Amino acid sequence: MNDLTPPTREERSAKLKGLGTSRKRVEDARFTQGKGNYVDDIKLPGMLHGDFVRSPYGHARIKSVNIDAAMALPGVIAVLQAKDLEPLSLHWMPTLAGDKQMVLADGKVLFQGQEVAFVVAEDRYIAADAVELVEVEYEELPVVVDPFKALAPDAPVLREDLEAGADGAHGPRRHHNHIFLWEEGDKAATEQVIDSAEVVAEEMICYQRVHPCPLETCGSVASMDKVNGKLTLYGTFQAPHVVRTVASLLSGIEEHNIRVVSPDIGGGFGNKVGVYPGYVCSIVASIVTGRPVKFIEDRMDNLMTTAFARDYWMKGRISATKDGKITALHAHVTADHGAFDACADPTKFPAGFFHICTGSYDIPVAYCGVDGVYTNKAPGGVAYRCSFRVTEAAYFIERMIEVLAMELNMDAAELRRINFIKKDQFPYHSALGWEYDSGDYHTAWDKALEAVDYAGLRKEQAARVEAFKRGETRKLLGIGLCHFTEIVGAGPVKNCDILGMGMFDSCEIRIHPTGSAIARLGTISQGQGHATTFAQILATEIGIPADSITIEEGDTDTAPYGLGTYGSRSTPVAGAATAMAGRKIRAKAQMIAAYLLEVHDDDVEFDVDRFVVKGAPERFKTMAEIAYASYNQAIPGVEPGLEAVSYYDPPNMTYPFGAYVCVMEIDVDTGTHEVRQFYALDDCGTRINPMVIEGQVHGGLTEALAIAMGQEIAYDEMGNVKTGTLMDFFLPTAVETPHYTTDFTETPSPHHPIGAKGVGESPNVGGVPAFSNAVHDAFRAFGLRQSNMPHDHWRIWKIANDLGLHD
Amino acid sequence: MIPAAFEYHRPSDVAGALSLLSTHGDDARVLAGGHSLIPMMKLRMASVEHLVDLQDVAELKGISVADGHVTLGAMVTQHSLIESAELAEAAPIVREAALQIADPQVRYMGTVGGNVANGDPGNDMPGLMQCLDARFTLQGPNGSREVAARAYYEAAYFTARADDEILTQISFAVPVGGYAYEKQKRKVGDYATAACGVVLAKEGALCTSASVAMTNLADVPVWSEAAGAALVGTDCGPEAVKTAVAAAVADIDPAEDNRGPVAFKRHVAGIIIGRAISRAWSRA
Repeated sequence: MNDLTPPTREERSAKLKGLGTSRKRVEDARFTQGKGNYVDDIKLPGMLHGDFVRSPYGHARIKSVNIDAAMALPGVIAVLQAKDLEPLSLHWMPTLAGDKQMVLADGKVLFQGQEVAFVVAEDRYIAADAVELVEVEYEELPVVVDPFKALAPDAPVLREDLEAGADGAHGPRRHHNHIFLWEEGDKAATEQVIDSAEVVAEEMICYQRVHPCPLETCGSVASMDKVNGKLTLYGTFQAPHVVRTVASLLSGIEEHNIRVVSPDIGGGFGNKVGVYPGYVCSIVASIVTGRPVKFIEDRMDNLMTTAFARDYWMKGRISATKDGKITALHAHVTADHGAFDACADPTKFPAGFFHICTGSYDIPVAYCGVDGVYTNKAPGGVAYRCSFRVTEAAYFIERMIEVLAMELNMDAAELRRINFIKKDQFPYHSALGWEYDSGDYHTAWDKALEAVDYAGLRKEQAARVEAFKRGETRKLLGIGLCHFTEIVGAGPVKNCDILGMGMFDSCEIRIHPTGSAIARLGTISQGQGHATTFAQILATEIGIPADSITIEEGDTDTAPYGLGTYGSRSTPVAGAATAMAGRKIRAKAQMIAAYLLEVHDDDVEFDVDRFVVKGAPERFKTMAEIAYASYNQAIPGVEPGLEAVSYYDPPNMTYPFGAYVCVMEIDVDTGTHEVRQFYALDDCGTRINPMVIEGQVHGGLTEALAIAMGQEIAYDEMGNVKTGTLMDFFLPTAVETPHYTTDFTETPSPHHPIGAKGVGESPNVGGVPAFSNAVHDAFRAFGLRQSNMPHDHWRIWKIANDLGLHD
Repeated sequence: MIPAAFEYHRPSDVAGALSLLSTHGDDARVLAGGHSLIPMMKLRMASVEHLVDLQDVAELKGISVADGHVTLGAMVTQHSLIESAELAEAAPIVREAALQIADPQVRYMGTVGGNVANGDPGNDMPGLMQCLDARFTLQGPNGSREVAARAYYEAAYFTARADDEILTQISFAVPVGGYAYEKQKRKVGDYATAACGVVLAKEGALCTSASVAMTNLADVPVWSEAAGAALVGTDCGPEAVKTAVAAAVADIDPAEDNRGPVAFKRHVAGIIIGRAISRAWSRA
């Protein structure tokens, strides 16, 4: 071979690094060398720093605020209170869930850590000193941290701003601390089936309050240029375009005069979807002072006040025939939303997509109802590495299956198998209204069970139980099973919007004359690797190497409008937009190629990185040649240049699924555990970059481990946060993280342009039940039905203690 | 998480540090590795106007093993304890315990002196030093004195050290026989749910001496004289261990926290103590 040998088709294809290639992440060079540019790296001339005076109480009336001493401290520019924001109508702000939230305490505080006053100073040290000098007189009020007690007739009124008896954003409120009742499915039919069923299992399952805890906390830098009237807002935003629209609506500044920039983001996991008081205060402070103002949370601010996740109390009833065919599912959730309903869900879904709770199973009739409740806790309710309330739903059904298996005295793997939706039932219409696009659960399940030698594990487990009973060991073996179905990629504009903005997404492509390209999207990576994977989608679609394609996101002045990155929606929606925009490029390129080759448009066909004349492959024009021609030749009937834009409104959600098995050793005496094996099979449809997928699965499983085995935002009866630092809030290190084995099947989405479904959140959705079921399964032989997470040492010890295993 | 303003001092010898302490009185605190004091200052739970950093005090940094005694300078880091070959030879239990403190980044900065001096019940070295019957040297304006580790701790963060004294040195006899430092924690970097250090000696088939001390199971480290006594003269078999564990557990007074309630801690303490004794015996 010499340099003149033309590359083979395979070589040309490999050079693109397109779909299916484990292309190294292009972002990593700067992240691993400390060259990222995060919001706290942004330093503007004359920039001021803001810090909050926060409430030490869970519920209190504010009698007075004295800022004199703080204002007297040299370097303090301003101390903002609610009364200062009121003339601008910014002392309260709307939430994504149709409620409103105090920006600064307006007469009372409703949770510990709530923002009371915003100090603005020359540097953050002075600001922190000034916070200490603001004197606030509080009158403590009765605290409610239990959502069930919050609904007692004589419970204290938390939200005095809401008119008693008036409807909320999602219909009637039946109590002063009630937010909504949201229902789906046929309640009467479900109850009728359950009441006459052969077997019924009933259980209350709590998914505790946790926090996404991204490594980078939230923050913003607002810069109001009073000369040209333009506001620039840098921040940790998972949805920069939505932030711009909200900022415009709140401030009255026209949208074209607001530029929102999400720089590099150090993890989001849902925590950075919402709009926080710090963002609003930094904007107002910049408008007031005419100088840029930075606000950066510390770790405790982040854990105690920004959006939590979960806090769902899920009461389930599931019925089946004697031989294990499920006949109905009934779910009722008491949802603790904290002091304000600031859930980040599509507007019409106050409980997100919780009604995916029939899971992977063909359940003929079902009902779910969710009651939202106010308590004296921080607001939030975000999708922590999951689509909206999908982790709660998956945990609920995967626990209910285990409980039902006990009721039936049946193997839980077999119970799942006989109830899975069958391959030929797709597209499948669930009893709660979803249309599952595709799936092949039996194949995935059998592959998983075979990979771990499930039958062998059950034999080993039975032998272990016998050895334990004979006093030969103090360790039990748990086999945690999970088959989950996600619903991601929100979503069709006809039923998904955020504050009225349809949840489409977008991509805009420009091909440069010499054959490289830039693509801008409406999403924003927080570590997912968009710059790597979206370039791969395009490489395959338009035949330009991924290495020659720049992906840019996060600047609303340049990127097309999109709804952002969360709920595994980037690949299903923006990835689809990318492919569709690529196809527009290709269509124009075909016309140009035909002109250059002097044949009819239909006589050329796309071949990896070129258009070739059908039947004469030696006659071709490469994409680079076509790009150049588009800029330097007058082609009749074709505009110069090679650009395209696509706004993609997906016809349906996507439904990734997976089969996970966790094998866990549990020390009955100390409550400690060791994950001996974790097998994770994911089916995310078409696989864009296997290495990025593996990284996503490892990360999501580790967050699942954290949630199942230790993570909790806990409050005491006084409303004090007991887990406000990383000493007590469990964030696993490499030492606590087990080894994972990843695997896959590939069932492409029939409606997605490239068949991809999204994967970033699957391992969290499926991982939590797998870890938790392993703990439960270890004690199944001794009669354990349900023990709430987190399964930290003392709670596992308590399971054993309650079962008499320490006697 | 930003501390109030403070003056930073960096003396180069103990005399200079003591002089700063006497000049500034209650407003001054010495800083060793900073892993307890700095977070307290950042949380504004400790207000220190004059911080006296001991990093440059070379005389506080040595490890020596001579004449059957181990001497540790107060500014020896946990990392140095782990790295020292002669210490690993003379008192391997110190290395075993130090490896269970936090993570490498913390151990590069954290010091043995800071760990024992502060009186934080979560620290591992106080219990270990009680187990080893170590003596602490305190230098003050009027010279130096020694205090036994077993007499140093009065209550959480209250110790025998006067405000104008600096804990400069730790010494103990080279332990003989078997040893173990056993610790249960929720994750790397956490304080112990329960931890126990044991050293014991064996002649023939019987235990001739034993020392048992525990970490984070009361507001001070707990050395259980009764537990040690229960092992001496026995073969450290199941019955003897059971008796010793019962004696040790009788001496602790754990408090409920996020690690769990008292009943859990007492139970786990018993398991950890039993494991420490058995492992020490297996090495004796």
